[in-house]
Amino acid sequence: MSTINRISPAIDVTAIRRQFPVLERLVKGRPLVYFDNAATAQKPQAVIDALVHYYTHYNANIHRGIHTLAEEATAAFEATRDAVRQFINAAAREEIIFTRGATESINLVAYTWGRAHIKAGDEIIISAMEHHSNIVPWQILCAEKGAVLKVIPVTDAGELQPDAYMQLLSDRTKLVSIVHVSNALGTVNPVRQIIDAAHKAGAVVLVDGAQSAVHLEINVQAPDCDFFACSAHKLYGPTGVGILYGKKQLLEAMPVFQGGGEMIKEVSFAQTTYNELPYKYEAGTPNIADVIAFRAALDFIAATGKENMARHEQSLLAYATAQLEQVDGLKIIGRAREKVSLVSFVIDKIHPQDIGILLDNQGIAVRTGHHCTQPLMQRFGIPGTIRASFAVYNTHEEIDMLVQALRKAIRMLL
Amino acid sequence: MTDGQMNGQAAIRQTETEIISEFALFDTWDDKYEYIIDLGKRLPPLDAAYKTDDNRVRGCQSTVWLTASSRDGKVFYQADSDAVIVKGLISMLIRVLSGHTPDEILGAQLDFIREIGMTAHLAQTRSNGLLAMVKQMKNYALAFRMKQEMNGDGNSSTAAAGH
Repeated sequence: MSTINRISPAIDVTAIRRQFPVLERLVKGRPLVYFDNAATAQKPQAVIDALVHYYTHYNANIHRGIHTLAEEATAAFEATRDAVRQFINAAAREEIIFTRGATESINLVAYTWGRAHIKAGDEIIISAMEHHSNIVPWQILCAEKGAVLKVIPVTDAGELQPDAYMQLLSDRTKLVSIVHVSNALGTVNPVRQIIDAAHKAGAVVLVDGAQSAVHLEINVQAPDCDFFACSAHKLYGPTGVGILYGKKQLLEAMPVFQGGGEMIKEVSFAQTTYNELPYKYEAGTPNIADVIAFRAALDFIAATGKENMARHEQSLLAYATAQLEQVDGLKIIGRAREKVSLVSFVIDKIHPQDIGILLDNQGIAVRTGHHCTQPLMQRFGIPGTIRASFAVYNTHEEIDMLVQALRKAIRMLL
Repeated sequence: MTDGQMNGQAAIRQTETEIISEFALFDTWDDKYEYIIDLGKRLPPLDAAYKTDDNRVRGCQSTVWLTASSRDGKVFYQADSDAVIVKGLISMLIRVLSGHTPDEILGAQLDFIREIGMTAHLAQTRSNGLLAMVKQMKNYALAFRMKQEMNGDGNSSTAAAGH
């Protein structure tokens, strides 16, 4: 069976692996097997080089400097914005706001759009599989405004209950903030249907794309997202850079987020006028180096081809699922029909943390715990899972190593 | 510092040295973990009555319960966890600290954790609460010391360590 699953000819994984220097290191005396990609992906040499090159050759503050370095830095910074626009197919570059991460992107919407538009009695719909980052900002907003948070339940397979969603939607619904791909289960949610139904009800939709952006083709115009949030570091880019996409008319009408430099047009003690989009939401000196280096990550994805990456990742998913299912006492949590390349599982009578420690001891990096989705773990009645998440540079052989190491860990623990 | 305390601290260090020499026998990390797992399995389970929210040690990915009592001016710990490696680590901490006076416990450096190569378990990763456990054990010792100072005796039987 594995021969079919092993075929993913469109990419040369060996060549890809050579671009990621960290993959050469040893952990506990063994070659690193990095299966924690849903937490953060490793960085190709081009991203590391871009960071070094920026600091070595043209470090400068952007947008207002008149000197050569400032012009070069500004051009490189804004080039990333163009690359991001293309990556998610936004209509205009002004719709791309740089933040610190997907979490800040969601908070930005909660604190600006949310504060301006959510009133007492309004309803916000999220789902039971949200990351805490897409729960807590809305809880804070609802508490402040007297609004109500509604939660779409999740089935045993780890999919949203579509009927329940339709029942929750009403003219009181002002916002649907939904995760595109579950970080804990891998489930791909039907965002097109979710958005269409929300728009019919007159609600605005935010899609949390922290996990989806690296695995799926993103087109924020179809399905018709109002807001889309993601993080550079899960896209093979640097940490500390997030993206908020917002429709221009929404962004223009929103109040500002933080006040300071960059975001102003003119300041006097009598009155301050704000800068135009996207700078209106980018107060202070941004994370220039990491934004610039992020472009190298987007170039890497473009050069590899998202479709090719997805095909390889799906092959890894199918293989890992089949191999893990054969491990005694192992139960996969999240059996959605459509998943990205991650497998969450639990093992009978064994705590996930024990497995995580013993896999690390064999050079294998997985994540154990609640994955910042405690309500979802409560839904499944488990303290947490062991999550192996696969990226384009992972191999079927590494999955064999995981399964072998897992069997050994179980032997040691039982 | 009294002679008794000095001896007590020497005894803590002696137990640490024993553990270090036991670990020196192991050639591989697998052997070390096998041993810790075995310690974890052999740690007597905590009575369900003590598995309360108050006795939970915050800061651990796994659930850890820790309780302490005092007899003759000495502190005795009991603990449990739903993760067996954590239980093994607790078992070693109990072996080193249990049966000593609050002052001895508060003065313990617990260098053995580093010396047996378990430093990673002290890291502030939130995934692993050895540091939280040590802190909580010392909190108990501190609470018993305060209680002893107030009562003027060493026979307080209940634990009252805050989190």
